[in-house]
Amino acid sequence: MSATSDLSSAAGQQTLADGCLVLSHRLSEWMSKAPTMEEDIALGNIALDLLGQARGLLSHIGDQVGVSEDQLAYFRDPADFRNPLICELPNGDYGHTILRQLFVDCWLAQVWPVLAATAPDEVVRGVAEKAVKENAYHLRHSSAWVVRLGDGTDESRRRMVAALDALWPYRGELAVDGWYDRVESVLTEATLPLPARDAWTQRTSSDGWHTEHLGYLLAEMQSLARAHPGATW
Amino acid sequence: MTETTATVWDLLATVPDPEIPALSVVDLGIVREVEELDGNRVRVTLTPTYSGCPATEVIARDVRTALENRYAEVEVRTRLSPAWTTDWMSDEAKGKLLGFGIAPPSGRVTLPLLDVGAPTACPHCGSGSVEELAGFGSTPCKALWRCRTCREPFDYFKKH
Ligand SMILES: [Zn+2]
Repeated sequence: MSATSDLSSAAGQQTLADGCLVLSHRLSEWMSKAPTMEEDIALGNIALDLLGQARGLLSHIGDQVGVSEDQLAYFRDPADFRNPLICELPNGDYGHTILRQLFVDCWLAQVWPVLAATAPDEVVRGVAEKAVKENAYHLRHSSAWVVRLGDGTDESRRRMVAALDALWPYRGELAVDGWYDRVESVLTEATLPLPARDAWTQRTSSDGWHTEHLGYLLAEMQSLARAHPGATW
Repeated sequence: MTETTATVWDLLATVPDPEIPALSVVDLGIVREVEELDGNRVRVTLTPTYSGCPATEVIARDVRTALENRYAEVEVRTRLSPAWTTDWMSDEAKGKLLGFGIAPPSGRVTLPLLDVGAPTACPHCGSGSVEELAGFGSTPCKALWRCRTCREPFDYFKKH
């Protein structure tokens, strides 16, 4: 289990920035295809918040080494990304997407307040302060849907159980102090089974190792910037 | 506030928020500081409302444009901390929101943010019988509500 204090380090900030960026892109794939109009708008808003958080951190990281946020977002290859692997997984069905969101929201709910209070750098603290409030609202949304679907119809429950089986191995990078308590309280309210905390977990992206999915995601996200370097509009 | 910075504030009060033009950037409370460096140069410090708010860049440009008539050099700076809050909106601003058909944020923000409040009344008919339709609305700062009395939907500016 990693400690939230690691996140003020440069590596920790990169993980956070890349996680927000990659998940934002995944959520944006739901635009015009979400199950209801309201959810289309909700996921779009959440994606936008995550993108803003990623930009704040990437600009800051770029400033240290003299490159722009765009350079970092569009011109790094998969092995240079440090996002938690769960962020790059395909969306699956809506239940899968919203359970992944709960897992990530609970991670960020532990991380942002620590950064807002203790990050040595003023920019990081500022990004985190803003993100604390945005995350609280995202968490309210993902929690409510996990409860509604887990404790819903036979079909919605079946899908949530399947999502839980698929995503639980990816919790390792998210499970900072307090993460299990948050997630388990929502799963319990959703009447979903509680998987073992000590069950097997996937490795992390800390050495540049990724699932096969990140390459495809970046190919789409980066294609325009790479086809027209330096383009503005 | 000196006489010259007062003029700058007056000019800024004419710059509308691109998404809610009923409010100026001053009403919104995002102008944190105005400094006249000398007769030709002015520096304005803004705090964005939302991390990913697409209006932020437009606002910076509009602020620059509004002041360039008067100053040769306009610097727009961004300050992230302390984070923007609806508590920085004036009562006058909240009145303007209501007139624009948007229910203003209700009450003061307390942290940790446990809820975003609820509209006290329908901005169309004034009825207090209202319900939330969706937590996310047409812009990141708003949620979609509906009046049970006149049946009209309306935006609520979330307290945050
Ligand atoms: Zn009404």
